[in-house]
Amino acid sequence: MIPLSMIAHGRSGDKGNHANVAVIAYTPEGFAWMSLFLTTDRVAKYFQSLGVTKVERFEAENVFGLNFLLRDVLAGGASQSMRSDTQGKTLALALLRMEIESPPNLDAMTRRRP
Amino acid sequence: MNHGQWTTDLMMRIGNGCGFWGDNIDAPIELAAKGRLDVLTLEYLAELTMSILALQKAKDPQSGFATDFIDVLDRLGPYLQAQPKLKIVTNAGGMNPHGCATKVKSILEKHGLTSRRIGIVSGDDLLSRLNELLAAGHAFTNLDTGASLETIRERVVSANAYLGSKPIADALSQGADIVITGRVADAALTVGPAANRFNWRWDDWDRLCAGTTAGHMIECGAQATGGLWMNWQDCDLANVGYPIVEMQADGSFIITKPEGTGGAVNIETVSEQLLYEVGDPAAYLTPDVVADFTTPTLTQKSKDVVEVQGCKGKPATDTYKVSIAYRDGFAASGTLVIAGPDAAAKARRCGDMLLARLDRVGAKPRYSHIECLGAGDSLPGVLPVVNSPEVVLRVSVRDADKKKVERFSKEFAPLVTSGPPGVTGYTTGRPSVREVFAYWPTLIKKDAIRPEVTVI
Repeated sequence: MIPLSMIAHGRSGDKGNHANVAVIAYTPEGFAWMSLFLTTDRVAKYFQSLGVTKVERFEAENVFGLNFLLRDVLAGGASQSMRSDTQGKTLALALLRMEIESPPNLDAMTRRRP
Repeated sequence: MNHGQWTTDLMMRIGNGCGFWGDNIDAPIELAAKGRLDVLTLEYLAELTMSILALQKAKDPQSGFATDFIDVLDRLGPYLQAQPKLKIVTNAGGMNPHGCATKVKSILEKHGLTSRRIGIVSGDDLLSRLNELLAAGHAFTNLDTGASLETIRERVVSANAYLGSKPIADALSQGADIVITGRVADAALTVGPAANRFNWRWDDWDRLCAGTTAGHMIECGAQATGGLWMNWQDCDLANVGYPIVEMQADGSFIITKPEGTGGAVNIETVSEQLLYEVGDPAAYLTPDVVADFTTPTLTQKSKDVVEVQGCKGKPATDTYKVSIAYRDGFAASGTLVIAGPDAAAKARRCGDMLLARLDRVGAKPRYSHIECLGAGDSLPGVLPVVNSPEVVLRVSVRDADKKKVERFSKEFAPLVTSGPPGVTGYTTGRPSVREVFAYWPTLIKKDAIRPEVTVI
């Protein structure tokens, strides 16, 4: 098993009580593999304990990115949430910690330094 | 607008020196000094900033704008003297762009810059028109919940439409050197100057998309230049440079930063920011255009220079987004340091004790939340649980009744002597009670809004 962060980076932020989590593969091979593996069901299950009601997935292949919209995940959002992370800033870090099965062509997916 | 002293008719440089009210106050100065800019943009308005500014203005009609901008402008004086063609475009006007302009005028006079003209963009503030608009059939239905505005009408403190780029471009074409707006789409601070310089048509969706993409990338300041970058170890953020767009007339552009600054501009930093706070990246809605962020290609041209090409947009919608803020009770949160062994268990017990005491005196707040930070509680149930040598206990409460929240803030200190051993870190005094403003996203037909441009 490897953490998702070996093949992708990302960023997350708030949209009212919803959050977006962008996961960006380092290589086209990583994007292809991630597109199969990172389903909305899997992401919804991962963030289940935060009260997410629906997960939508969008593709931005130009940057090898998958963008997840997590509905109602922020316990009220910037103004009403009582959590430390009212704006979902840490959600991308959390998703990148997801343990995934090591793909056979992992070498083609890991980061080349920019 | 003639081209600046650094650029040509076919290329301009726009730098953003502020991503929110509270951002680095030296960044605008450094950009003006080193950025070779045509336009310096400064973005001050988070979603709920308007509610705070609205209350300030209700108390004092002269206030209600981002006062940080006045201090920044004062420090920019010498650079404006040295660079006669440098323009500033900012949404610092908040709830009172005309009041902001009055202060700006006096700062310009102080620096002998009396020939500089100030453009004011208003018409976004719908608070005084709310009843009229409701009566005319504009429902302001909540975009997320479908609820009617009637349910919170009495508690509304601010209501603002996000205006587009055209009034900013108009102010510049009427000779404004400094443009002060109220609520506009953040990217409009970039699109307005570009559309004005290159005479982009307002139905040239691809170029408007390019401007919007550029504006979106730089609107959060250093987030485009290394801030939040997942590979943060690979750059020095202490002296991070703020972002600059070098826009071509045809809508291709580069993102870069001043030479000799820290941070980084590369495919990773720019890609992360491209998707930041985005829903469907193929349909990023602004008043100017429906931008498709899946169309541009990103190329690293040289160190800290990323080229963006091929932006394709679609026609704008017939609505403006409107952000309404309303009063929603009171909240407070406090923290204590809890030392181990069994730090997390002790912290949870302390939190429970505190809430039980409030319950006993009839002051239990409607909403409460206990976090043992250091034990995985920032994202409960997601992060792995660890056995920490110490944790920070954070308890937060919210209630419509201010007295209950005030009582909560008085129950924190007693834990230092009446809790389990190892409770410390009580140095900041009682948690402060703050008023909560909730956010109500909605839309309004564009023909109901009248953007106004004044140049003085």
